[in-house]
Amino acid sequence: MLKVNDLVVRYGMIEAIKGISFEVADSQIVTLIGANGAGKTTTMHTISGLLKPYSGSIFLDDKEISKVPPHKIVEMGIAQCPERRRVFASQSVEDNLFLGAYTRKDKTEINKDLENVYALFPRLLERKNQMAGTLSGGEQQMLAMGRALMAKPKIMLLDEPSMGLSPLLVKEIFDIIKDINSQGVTILLVEQNAKMALSIADKAYVIETGKIVMSGTGQELLNSDDIRKAYLGG
Amino acid sequence: MTFLTYLISGLALGSVYAIIALGYTMVYGIAKMLNFAHGDIIMAGGYVAFFAFTKFGLPPVLSIILSIIFCTILGVVIERLAYKPLRQASSLSVLITAIGVSYFLQNSAQIMFGSDTKIFPALLTEGSLKLFNGQLTISYLTIITIVTCIIIMIGLTMFINKTKIGKAMRACAEDKGAAQLMGINVDTTISITFAIGSGLAAIAAVLLCSTYPSLSPTLGSMPGIKAFTAAVFGGIGSIPGALLGGLLLGVIENLTKAYISTQLSDAIVFAVLIIVLLIKPTGLLGKKENVKV
Repeated sequence: MLKVNDLVVRYGMIEAIKGISFEVADSQIVTLIGANGAGKTTTMHTISGLLKPYSGSIFLDDKEISKVPPHKIVEMGIAQCPERRRVFASQSVEDNLFLGAYTRKDKTEINKDLENVYALFPRLLERKNQMAGTLSGGEQQMLAMGRALMAKPKIMLLDEPSMGLSPLLVKEIFDIIKDINSQGVTILLVEQNAKMALSIADKAYVIETGKIVMSGTGQELLNSDDIRKAYLGG
Repeated sequence: MTFLTYLISGLALGSVYAIIALGYTMVYGIAKMLNFAHGDIIMAGGYVAFFAFTKFGLPPVLSIILSIIFCTILGVVIERLAYKPLRQASSLSVLITAIGVSYFLQNSAQIMFGSDTKIFPALLTEGSLKLFNGQLTISYLTIITIVTCIIIMIGLTMFINKTKIGKAMRACAEDKGAAQLMGINVDTTISITFAIGSGLAAIAAVLLCSTYPSLSPTLGSMPGIKAFTAAVFGGIGSIPGALLGGLLLGVIENLTKAYISTQLSDAIVFAVLIIVLLIKPTGLLGKKENVKV
């Protein structure tokens, strides 16, 4: 589905991503784990087209997308639920969801997907007319995920969905990620919460200061001593 | 009764400021830049309406429509040529460019039309409405100006809140990156914003030139600065703020002229602005954004 080849991303003179390659196969959950500043969000922004790579390539199925503008990338089937949610605070929950479907024109399908989102997140239905800025952190995370789903993506990029949430909510969010995946949406998940991410991932990559230093199945990495020491707290 | 007359003509003047202020405030809200050439688009709109009516003999309505179309295109072209290449540049570079565009438009008009003042024809209407046995006289132009402002405000508010493009504009105003992740084309949205603001400038031009019927290449600068003040006064980025700021500014200016001093009116208007900003730095209706983590 998604293939990243030898990607280099620079901010001016600083090289944030130093040539990473990874692959996300159809209907898998793939995770990139790593510490703060490792380059996870930069990678996500580059896939979505918000940043242009210095070199390397990104393929969605067989199409090179690294030079495609961000709004076209959404149309091609990549939706992102960004770090810190970034919901549109001054618009209602439902308007936020409809903005997620901005590139689509199939009205009846959009309404069906809206119902699906409300089924996944009943809390959003209860609050559909509320301003998004008045939601709690967990509800905003749900809204951001629902909004990304409204694009009817082939692959959904999730950047730090657990950030700032209570352990109970994190578990709820990760269960929903599995649900979304089982509906046939491929997932690329970026997380600092390595344990949760690895526990649901088919494939995982560890990223450190802009380089991939290890990869394997989620289970393999969970069992690795190096990973346990560095990311899972012993 | 005279107080009422001054108040109503102040509201009319304020309506024009409000319509111009919308252009500043919308562009600021979405592109996060101060388009100091906005006043000169008014000037361009004035000349187009003038020539369409006097030289080409078009009927008033067509002259006004032509002026709106011209300004809409002019605004979009200016954005594409002068501001879009600076999307990643510092806001100071954009500001200086906008001032440059302003002088470019003024000087182009001076070369093309000369610097002498032309008399703007009575495009809209003459005559006036007499109320209370002739004690209160309101010109039809005043009524048209205020009604136009109300219609524009209602129309624009509905557009921003109800339509898909309007909601996309608000999304861009709030978070451009997140808007792009929704599949919103930010460049197109900015162009639409400039188109609307500049089209409104043409309407303001006709209203303004009908009220003060003299046309010169620098005609846009003072109303431009006043309307910018109105936008800041009301809270830049806020559409109701532009309305409130414009109306208050117009009324204060007119009442000052009537009761205090004609010469000091601008000084007093700007003094009020300074006081408001000292007390409420975001303007009357400007919001401080709260971010929930």
